Amino acid sequence: MSEEPRFDTVAKAAATPDLPQPYAELGMKDDEYARVREILGRRPTSAELAIYSVMWSEHCSYKSSKIHLRQFGEKAPETDVLLVGMGENAGVVDVGDGYAVTFKIESHNHPSYVEPHQGAATGVGGIVRDILTMGARPVAVMDALRFGPLDAPDTRRVLPGVVSGISFYGNCLGLPNIGGEIGFDAGYSGNPLVNALCVGVLKHGDIKLAQAPGPGNHVVLFGATTGPDGIGGASVLASASFDDESQAKRPSVQVGDPFMEKLLIECSLELFAKDLVVGIQDLGAAGVSCATTELAAGGTGGMRIDLDRVPLRDPRLTPEEILMSESQERMMAIVEPDKLDEFLAVCAKWDILASVIGEVTDVTPEEEARGGRLVMTWRGETVVDIPPRTAADEGPVYHRPIQRPADQDALLADDPAALPRPEGDEQLRDQLLRVLAAPGICDPSWVTDQYDRYVLGNTVLATPHDGGMIRITDDSDRGVALSTDGNGRYTRLDPYSGTQLAYAEAYRNVAATGARPIAVTNCLNFGSPEDPGVMWQFAESTRGLADACQALGTPVTGGNVSFYNQTGSTAINPTPVIGVLGVIEDVHKRLTSAFGSEGEVVLLLGETRPELGGSAWADVVHGHLGGRPPRVDLDAEAALARVLVDGAAAGTLASAHDLSDGGLGVALAESCLRGGVGCEVDLGEDAFTALFSESAARAVVSVRPEQEAALVDLCAEHGVPVARIGTVGGTALTLNHSGGRISIELTELRTAYESTLPAVLDGR
Amino acid sequence: MAAPRVGVVTFPGSLDDRDAARAVRIAGAEPVSLWHGDADLKGVDAVVLPGGFSYGDYLRCGAIARFAPIMTEIVPAARSGNLPVLGICNGFQILCESHLLPGALTRNASQHFVCRDQLLRVEATDTAWTNGYSSGQELLIPLKSGEGNYVADPETLAELKREGRVVARYVDSAPNGSTDDIAGITNEHRNVVGLMPHPEHAVEALTGPSTDGLGFFTSILAHLAGGAPVPAAAG
Repeated sequence: MSEEPRFDTVAKAAATPDLPQPYAELGMKDDEYARVREILGRRPTSAELAIYSVMWSEHCSYKSSKIHLRQFGEKAPETDVLLVGMGENAGVVDVGDGYAVTFKIESHNHPSYVEPHQGAATGVGGIVRDILTMGARPVAVMDALRFGPLDAPDTRRVLPGVVSGISFYGNCLGLPNIGGEIGFDAGYSGNPLVNALCVGVLKHGDIKLAQAPGPGNHVVLFGATTGPDGIGGASVLASASFDDESQAKRPSVQVGDPFMEKLLIECSLELFAKDLVVGIQDLGAAGVSCATTELAAGGTGGMRIDLDRVPLRDPRLTPEEILMSESQERMMAIVEPDKLDEFLAVCAKWDILASVIGEVTDVTPEEEARGGRLVMTWRGETVVDIPPRTAADEGPVYHRPIQRPADQDALLADDPAALPRPEGDEQLRDQLLRVLAAPGICDPSWVTDQYDRYVLGNTVLATPHDGGMIRITDDSDRGVALSTDGNGRYTRLDPYSGTQLAYAEAYRNVAATGARPIAVTNCLNFGSPEDPGVMWQFAESTRGLADACQALGTPVTGGNVSFYNQTGSTAINPTPVIGVLGVIEDVHKRLTSAFGSEGEVVLLLGETRPELGGSAWADVVHGHLGGRPPRVDLDAEAALARVLVDGAAAGTLASAHDLSDGGLGVALAESCLRGGVGCEVDLGEDAFTALFSESAARAVVSVRPEQEAALVDLCAEHGVPVARIGTVGGTALTLNHSGGRISIELTELRTAYESTLPAVLDGR
Repeated sequence: MAAPRVGVVTFPGSLDDRDAARAVRIAGAEPVSLWHGDADLKGVDAVVLPGGFSYGDYLRCGAIARFAPIMTEIVPAARSGNLPVLGICNGFQILCESHLLPGALTRNASQHFVCRDQLLRVEATDTAWTNGYSSGQELLIPLKSGEGNYVADPETLAELKREGRVVARYVDSAPNGSTDDIAGITNEHRNVVGLMPHPEHAVEALTGPSTDGLGFFTSILAHLAGGAPVPAAAG
C-alpha cells in the first residue's frame, strides 16, 4: 500500500476542507482567503496558497494603487512613440531609425535597509532582467538614492553598503552607470530608498512579450539554480506543511551573482537573435509562481509544470519554497519543440543551466472561462491546479480610504518668507557656500566614482551633468538621454504639484542636454497605504503626474509602486521619483552643464519669483519645511525645453544647466566648477531671491557672444523670458548686486563642493 | 596590403571586449573575435585581453582565465616574443596570473572601486604597444577598477626599473595605492604590455575624456608594419 505523501496535495485539500491554514501569516486578509476558496471550490493546497499569497501581495498585485495608476492610461497623451505600454515588464518607445528603447525604474528599498550591499545589488539585477526580458540589450543604469542624515551613525552603514552593492553588481555586469541622484533626510533613516533604473536598446521587430502560446511548447527554466533565498514567508507554510526537515534559518534577502547575470544577458540575447523563444519572463519577486502564472495567463491559459525538474541548490526545498524562492539570475522561456536542441546548445555555450520543467497545454472552453488551468506536480502528486489568470490578473483591488492629513494646512501656512534672511554680503556668501556643501547638493563623486560610466563605449554624458546620455549604437549618431528626479520636501508640502515639479525637473534636465523628452517612468515611494493620509498623498501624486504627462505629451510607460516606507508609524516624505527619457538625433550636438571658455555670455532663461517653500536654502540654513512649493507652469516648461532643444540642435548654446535644488547660486557654481572657469554675474536688486529662489522652468545657459542675438530671438519665438546676467571668465564666481558684491575663488568653491561626503564617509 | 588582424578575446565575464574591438577598428586594423573556449588564434597578428570580470573574478582576478583553452595558444607565442599582447585591466591581471608579466594586482588601497579620468605618464616607448608615444608624454585615460594596486617584490621592481619596463605611471600619486605609481609594465621582449587604465575608452572625443588612448592601437599597427623599433631578439 502506498504511503500517504508528507506534503499537501490537491487530493488532500479536497479531503480536508477544514484544515486551518496560515494565510494571515502570509499577509492575506480573511476575504482574500475566502476568495481563493471560492475560485478553487475547495481549500487551496499550501503550494497554491503560496502562489496566491505572493501574487496577490501589494508588491505583485498593486491592489492599493491600481485604481490610481489607471489614470496613466486614461489620461495618456496622443503619441505615436509608444510601442509597448504599461503592464508588460517594461514599456517600449520608438526612438527612430527602426530603433526602440525600453526603460524602467524599480525600488529595492526594504532589502537595502536589511542588508545594504546585497539589497542594492539585487535591485540592479532585477531591473536589468526586466529590460532584458523585453528583448533588449541593457545599455545603462542609473540610481536614485535617499538616506538618513549624512552624519547619522546608521547612514554610515547603509550608504557605503548600498553604493558598494550597486558598484559590485553593475560594474561586474558591464553596464555604465550614467547618473541618478542622492538625497538625505531624517525621514529616510530607518527606510532608505534605493531605486534602480535600467535602459535597453532593441530593434522594433525584436520586442519579446511575457506569453506562452502554442500547446506542446516547452517551458524552460534557465540560469541560476533555485535556493532558499528570499523566501521569508514560505517558512510559515513549510512549518504548516508537515516537513520539519527544511527548517534551517533562511535568509530573507536574496544574494546576487552578477557574473551569472552577465552570462544570462549574453545567452538570452543570442537566443533572441536566433529566434529561439516565443515567450520570455524573468524571475523576480515571487519567482516561479509569478513567471508561470503570468506566462500562462498571457498565452493559452494552460500549462503543466513538474516541480521535480526545477534544479535546486538545496534538495530539502519544499514545493512551496520552490514556488516562492526569489533566487536571482533566473529566466523562463517558452520554446518550440523543434528549436529546443538549438536553445539548449546556446545555453551550453554560455555555461547556463537550462531545464525543461513543463509544457504549454490546451484548455477546454470551461477551463478558459475559469481563467485557464495551471497544473503542477511534485513527487508524482498534483500540488497545484489553479486558473492562472485568477492569480496573475484578477487579484484584489482596494479602494483605500483617503484623508487629507490634518497638519497639511498648518504646513502650508508656515511660509518661509518669514525666515530671517542673510544680512550683508558676508552672510550671503556664507549661506551660498553652506547650501553648495549640503549633502544632497554637493559633489556626489564619492558615490559615483565607484561606478563604471565608460563600459560599452557609448556613454556621451554621465554624472554630474543634468542627464545621462548614451549613443544607441556604434554606427548611429542617435542618442537617448535620461534623468531621474524627485523632491520629497516639495511632495510633502503639496503632493500634486510636488510630483509635477519632480517630473518637470527631469523633463528640464533631459532638455538641458539637448534631447527632446518623449516618455516617462516612475517609482512611487510612499508610506503605508492603510494610512488614509498617505493614500491621499498617493492619490494626489498620481493625479499630478498623469495630468502633467498629458499636458506635455509624454506617456507613462511603466513603473513601480513601493508602499510601507516608514519607520514605526512615521512615513517617509512622499517621494515619487520620476524618470524622463528623451531623444537626440545627433549626439555630437549634446550640451553639458560646464561653462566653456572665457568670454561666453551667461543668460538666465525663465522667470524668477520669490519661491522658497521646500527650498534647499530653507532646509540647510533654517532646518525649515513649510509653505508652498514653487508654482508649476507646464507651458513654460515646454517652451523652455523647446529653446534648449532647438538651441542645442542649431549650435546656438555653448552650455545649459537646469535650475533646481539650491537655485541659481548652486547652478552657477556647478557650471563654473565643471568648466574650470569663473564667471561674473549681476544679480540685480534682490540678490537673496536671485540666488536661492527655486522657481521652476528656469535654466542658466552660456553662448558665444556672436550667438547671443540668435538665442534672444529663439526665446522670443517661444515666449521664454531671457536675461543677460553676466560673462564667463576669470578664476572666481563673482556676484554683483545693487547692494554690493561677493566673490569666491574656484578653489574655495571647489573645497566647499567636494569635501562634504569624503569628510564624513572617509573620515577626512 | 590587408589591414593587420588584431584578436580580442572574450572570456565569460569580459566586459570591454566590444570596446577594445572598436578601438582596433578606429585605429585602422581588423578586429577578430576570439573565444575563450577555442584554442585557436585564427591567425591574428596581435591579441588584446580586454577588461571585465572574467569568470566573475572568482578565486582571484584572472586566476581562472589563465587556464582557458585560448591561453594555451597565447602564452607560448607571447612568451617567445613573437605575439604582441596587450592586457587591459582584467587583461593585465590575466597576464600576471599567466606569468607573462611579473607581480600582481591587488585590492585598491581605498577598498573601493575607482572610476575616474586619470592622467598617466608614458615611461617606455620601445614596446609594441607604445611606440607611437613620446617618452614623458601625458595621457588622460579612464581608470576603472577595484583591483589595480600593483605589487611586486623588491627585486622585481628593481629589475623593471633597471630594464625600463615600466610602461606608464600615474601622475600625482596612484589612486589605487600602486607601488611606484605603476600603471603598466612590459616583458623583456617588449611585446607583452599590461595596463590598468583603459585606453580603449579614450579613442573618441564624444565618449572619452580624450583621444589619448588611440596611440596604443596605432602603435601596434606601426609595429606590425615594421616601422616601429623591433623588440629585442627572442630569447
